Amino acid sequence: MVEFWWSYAWPTLWIVIQILFLVLPLLIVVAYLTYAERKVIGLMQLRMGPNVVGPFGLFQPFADALKLMTKELIIPTGANRVVFLLAPMLTFILAMVGWAVIPVAEGWVLSDINVGVLYLFAISSLGVYGIIMAGWASNSKYPFLGALRSAAQMVSYEVSIGFVIITVLLAVGSLNLSDIVLAQKNLWFFIPLLPMFIVFVISALAETNRAPFDLPEAEAELVTGYNVEYSAMAFALFFLGEYANMVLMSGMTVILFLGGWLPPFDIAPLNWIPGVIWFALKVSLMLFVFLWVRATLPRYRYDQLMRLGWKVFLPLSLAWVVITAGAIVVFGWYPGIVN
Amino acid sequence: MAMLDRTARSLLLIEIAAGMWLTLKYFFKPKVTINYPYEKGPLSPRFRGEHALRRYPSGEERCIACKLCEAICPAQAITIEAEPREDGSRRTTRYDIDMTKCIYCGFCQEACPVDAIVEGPNFEFATETREELMYDKAKLLSNGDRWEAEIATALAADAPYR
Repeated sequence: MVEFWWSYAWPTLWIVIQILFLVLPLLIVVAYLTYAERKVIGLMQLRMGPNVVGPFGLFQPFADALKLMTKELIIPTGANRVVFLLAPMLTFILAMVGWAVIPVAEGWVLSDINVGVLYLFAISSLGVYGIIMAGWASNSKYPFLGALRSAAQMVSYEVSIGFVIITVLLAVGSLNLSDIVLAQKNLWFFIPLLPMFIVFVISALAETNRAPFDLPEAEAELVTGYNVEYSAMAFALFFLGEYANMVLMSGMTVILFLGGWLPPFDIAPLNWIPGVIWFALKVSLMLFVFLWVRATLPRYRYDQLMRLGWKVFLPLSLAWVVITAGAIVVFGWYPGIVN
Repeated sequence: MAMLDRTARSLLLIEIAAGMWLTLKYFFKPKVTINYPYEKGPLSPRFRGEHALRRYPSGEERCIACKLCEAICPAQAITIEAEPREDGSRRTTRYDIDMTKCIYCGFCQEACPVDAIVEGPNFEFATETREELMYDKAKLLSNGDRWEAEIATALAADAPYR
């Protein structure tokens, strides 16, 4: 019995506790991201944003959650029930699962696997399945068109994201996310790899279906795209999944380019602040950029989106892979030696 | 050269950066929202809101049942019936305005020779039923009593321009 406790039950319980410690704050962040989005866009349009529920409207996310929970879940007659209900769950779960490998501070990571980047890349690519399943299972034209667009868009931008990740990997020499952060001890990668940083941020917008690449849910043409037929908690899960994906992509950007949990300068007042705070601050900054972009830019036309993905980002990122690799070889900046 | 210029502009995200800078400036600007039920915008003295039938300071109602307002009303929202009162003066027995038909053009108050029917500054008279918007004479007179101070001020402020 004691043996069972220490060798099996306790480790399981411990990992569940750790997961809760990561996921609960994450859910709160996601809830408040919806609030922040409305507030930021409101302020940029000279409006106030939500300010009625609680002080400064801070309880708005809870009011929204309550509303969505008490709504009726409608399943269309023509829909494939199983897939229809599976799709929002899949979207939400995939957005959460990615956090398993994100180091929020030195050693604060659920699973410190040595191919963390590949895992993240795979999880963020799988996200498209939730949308495709929703679009197909709804058995309705607008969701279907939204899903098709989403699939094409995510596939296009994953290519350039892949090349951007390769440049970072060339500079680090490891696929472990903690190693990637530690390699930025002296210089965050967004300075030497600035073009790749910008390509990554823009591709992250496309990958999470955010403005100006929110074609899958273009209100004007597709009502709201793949989630037209969803209501109540199924819709809420899509919504949460989309925002959790934004947080995940921001986290990925921070780890790959903005030095993860590291302070900007390793000097006295800055390095007293715990790493997790730096990480949270950087993620918040990236999320602000997401919202800021949405408040600024109009939506791309579909052919422009494809042109940008295939004719601009793909050659640009491919060229930068070659340049980075060439620079490393020519100047002998092999990762292990520099760091 | 033009091609190079265009490519450089698009690669350096000049336009997008300019746009982002603009929205960032707006982010910190004072907001124009009025917190409506608690704050209200200014109203012109000529504002045409809810109707009211006014009285003379003696308490005698102004309306003499000339029916000019009924005649001019483009929405035909006003219905008036009149007969002489016991003292021989001509008064309305019925003065109804269908507020769901009214288009708030203000022709009735322009037509009125005695400033009896006026559109006051009140615009918050939403009701829960349609029937409540069929105003009768008693309702209009009570509006007149309730808003007389504001109506008189507005008329006085606008008088020099008429």
